[in-house]
Order: sequence, then structure tokens, then C-alpha cells
Amino acid sequence: MMTLEATEDIPYQRSFYVEGGNFSYAGIVSTSIKSILKQMDFPNDVVRKTALVSYESEINIVSYARKGVIKLTIFSDVIQIEAVDEGPGIPNIELAMQEGYSTADNKIREMGFGAGMGLCNIKHYSDYFDLTSEVGKGTSLKMVIRTH
Amino acid sequence: MKLREVKEILDAEVLVGEEMLDMEVKTAFGADLMSDVLAFAKPGSLLLTGLTNDQVVRTADIIEIAAIVLVRGKKPTPEAIKLAKELKIPILATKYILFDTAGRLYTKGIVGSLEK
Repeated sequence: MMTLEATEDIPYQRSFYVEGGNFSYAGIVSTSIKSILKQMDFPNDVVRKTALVSYESEINIVSYARKGVIKLTIFSDVIQIEAVDEGPGIPNIELAMQEGYSTADNKIREMGFGAGMGLCNIKHYSDYFDLTSEVGKGTSLKMVIRTH
Repeated sequence: MKLREVKEILDAEVLVGEEMLDMEVKTAFGADLMSDVLAFAKPGSLLLTGLTNDQVVRTADIIEIAAIVLVRGKKPTPEAIKLAKELKIPILATKYILFDTAGRLYTKGIVGSLEK
């Protein structure tokens, strides 16, 4: 006999396209993700953390990559954000993770970013964080936030 | 303190959110660097900043900043105004520099906001 649990196991998933270099829409995906989570009644701190890591990732894609996708997946006990881009990649991940290290240009700094805080913020606010990158191909971030 | 009092203390012009001046605020955070705002500012705080573009409004929305106070007589870009109206985030503009803006609010009881 079919049970309700069987359907509940299917996580909610949605992907959003992010255009590289277009600062006029930077953040729009994270605003959408935030409002989805609010509508689902997640606690405020969970919504805040998820929106924050998504937003920093989105800014990174807009700032450095040609294009990317941010994927939101909601499991029963965690929310996962994946940010996968096609771009220059990160040659030295250890260096990129250092607070204050940045390769940002003036355009990015004018927007209030590019001070080498983004990846540190993402790591700090995620319960699990993973970064993989291939030079000349792109960068993938995976962030997990516990929901209870 | 109500946002209306913040407006008076700073002799500020309300650019967005005239209808939201009854909201209560207790804390504030001042920075021009949005990553620092994201890292350190508490939800419900005032954001005191000299940055005027729409990323200020986006940042405020992401971490639920109560209202934005633009310092040093700066005026927001049209995109920032449009987005603030859409996201219902008040924007006040004051001629005081960041230091004086913070000092004026601090002496009236607003305290710094620091997310641990």
C-alpha cells in the first residue's frame, strides 16, 4: 500500500540561472530563494543563513564567471545550496579561502564586495561547505544548512 | 526607538518608506562593505552606509535589515530606490558623516549590532 512518506521523501528542488557580469540582477535569485523558504515557514535564522550563503555565491558568479546555476534542494532535515559556474576557476583554493584575499576588480568593489570576505562568510554560515574548482572550467560550491 | 525618531535625530530625508516610520529599532551597523554587513549585522538593525547602489538594498533584504540610512549627504541610485520600494525597505538620507550619524544615534540609546 502506498504511504504518504513515500512522496515526502522526494525533496523540493529548484534551479536558477545566473548570468555572469550582469550586476543589475545580482541578488535576485537569492531574494527568490529567501521568499520560498519564508513561505515554507522555516525558522528565521535558517532562512537568513541560507539566503546569505546563496547571495555571496550569486555575487561570486556574477563577479567572476560567464554563467552559473544555483540549485536549491530541500531535504527533510537540511537545505542544500549548490552554486556551479562556468568560469576561470580558482587556481589556489587555500589562498582564496583566506580572509582578505581577493582578485576583484573596481566594478565589484564599487558594489560593496570584493574584500575577500565572501567565501569566509559562506563557510562560516554553512553547516557543511565544499568547494571544488578546475582552472579554465569553473567552480562548484556546495553548502548545507541544518533546518533543526 | 521608532524610525520616526531616527529621522528627527539625523535631520534625515525619507526617500522610501514614509508609511513605515513607526517601526521599532534598537541596534545599528555601519559599513560600506557589504560582505561585512552580511557577516556581522544583526537582523532588525539600521544599516548606516555611504554605498548608494541597489546591492545595499539587496544586502539589507537578505539579512532583514530594518532600514537603510545613507550618510554624508549621499543619494541612492534610481535602481536602489525602485528595489527598496519593491522590497519594502525604508531609506533615509542624512547629511551627517558616518561617525556623527553613529554618535547621534548612540547617545540616544541605539547600540551597535554584532552577530556572533
